Amino acid sequence: MITSQWVFSLVGMMFGAFALLSLGDRTNRKRFGNAAFWGLFALSLIAGSWLGDLVNGCIVLALAALAALGLIGRGEPETGEPERAAAGERYGNRLFLPILIVLAVAVLGSLAYLYIPALHATGLFERNRETLILLCVGVLFALAAIFAWLKPPPLAPLQEGRRLIDAVGWAAVLPMMLASLGLVLADTGVGRTIGELVLHVIPDGTVFPAVLAFGLGMALFTILTGNAFAAFPVMATAIGIPLLIQGYGGDAAVVGAIGMLAGFCGTLMTPMAANFNIVPAALLELKDSNAVIKAQIGTALPLLAVNIVFIYWFAF
Amino acid sequence: MNQYLPLLGIVIIILGFGLRFNPMLVVPAAAIATGLLAGLDLLEVIAKLGKAFNDSRIIAIPWIVLPVIGLLERYGLQQRARAVISGFRAATAGRLLILYLLYRQIISAIGLHSTAGHAQTVRPLVAPMAVAAAENQSGRLDEETDEKVKAYAAATDNVGLFFGEDIFFAIGSILLIQATFEAYGLEVRAVELAMWAIPTAIAAFILHSGRLLLLDRVLARRRDGVSS
Repeated sequence: MITSQWVFSLVGMMFGAFALLSLGDRTNRKRFGNAAFWGLFALSLIAGSWLGDLVNGCIVLALAALAALGLIGRGEPETGEPERAAAGERYGNRLFLPILIVLAVAVLGSLAYLYIPALHATGLFERNRETLILLCVGVLFALAAIFAWLKPPPLAPLQEGRRLIDAVGWAAVLPMMLASLGLVLADTGVGRTIGELVLHVIPDGTVFPAVLAFGLGMALFTILTGNAFAAFPVMATAIGIPLLIQGYGGDAAVVGAIGMLAGFCGTLMTPMAANFNIVPAALLELKDSNAVIKAQIGTALPLLAVNIVFIYWFAF
Repeated sequence: MNQYLPLLGIVIIILGFGLRFNPMLVVPAAAIATGLLAGLDLLEVIAKLGKAFNDSRIIAIPWIVLPVIGLLERYGLQQRARAVISGFRAATAGRLLILYLLYRQIISAIGLHSTAGHAQTVRPLVAPMAVAAAENQSGRLDEETDEKVKAYAAATDNVGLFFGEDIFFAIGSILLIQATFEAYGLEVRAVELAMWAIPTAIAAFILHSGRLLLLDRVLARRRDGVSS
């Protein structure tokens, strides 16, 4: 069976290559920092399952230190803009083909694997990881096609990949850092304490204030932790289950499903959800790291109100 | 009072982000402070951090597309994406992003959410296409408008993902809702939870599409302003 460890190793080897190539890149004054940062990340991906929690924790601290001390720089891109525009003319729309290969293998492959019983029965892929595994397979096919067609220098995919990851920088690792924080907050009972505090401010006996507190609490706690998954158990345990469902007889499926989506509105508004809000700003090379959040608030706030109204309408 | 001490970790986060310290410093500091104030010893906190980091490595997998995207950019992919859209005079940034919003919601609703994303589709295709469409609408963009259009491209991906994926019954958030409720003896079926994600998905589509049409109006007004 192809498991997630296979793809961790593949992605880890890619980051390992980024580290080695960084080491040889004299255009980057901070090349040793880059090499150490991507190298440690590669180590975590490839060997994290065997290193033990404490060693993994030390890797986390080392990554944080390299980033916080400003030891990571940016390698120089290989080709200039004008050359690219000219190349784009030459190759035309066929340039989209490799991306279509990636998407087609991932999308059609997953659909076939999930919905054709004979394929599913082979148990080739780890459960719930099919799409990510097939995404990697698609990438390998696409690279093969590019090499057959455009004959780039052998190291070009890794050098160009490194150019992009250097543009993102440490933000690439921040989402996992935040996930670690979320676990510590959950394990130390911070969520429970906040849930109790919220419960104090709700007046007794009327449904709407409780619904309001549940929806706002989901969004607010998600803004603080960056993850609706951390907020849900807290708010469900504090308000959703005891008050809305058991107290006022609300429909559990509505409270659960739409409550979670109220949390997602919070995700749109917080830099703590780095994966969705900070990483793309870096990847698109925007000057303002909060530009994506600013573009989302106008959707998130009215949608949060809609969700709260939906819970009130549909659950009661 | 003691139970409120670990909340200082939250205060560190709010202050740290508010004062724009490097998040890679703020986040581990907040985690360690919270752990220590809750009575764990330092090594325990570090081990906890390591375990959680290790368990969340799945987030890193989509980076695998970078070599393909980077290589195609070397051959002019972004310029090509722009050229295609420049050929469609009717294309506007807002309409293009509405189309992508719909695609993103549908692809996520059938469980294929990781086939699109900021690295997979937004940087190589959606953002350059949206910028090209905006240039059709209002001529050469100043830096502020260029950033705004790109930010909207990323935002549209997020909105489509968040309010599409929960319609798929085997997604992590639905499993989490079930597990949380089960601890209190409440049985909810995954299909029911998925169904109740649909009203919000429709509302998200309407709200965000409306904002994208507003973006079109801003871009159109900008052109009129420049030409007069």
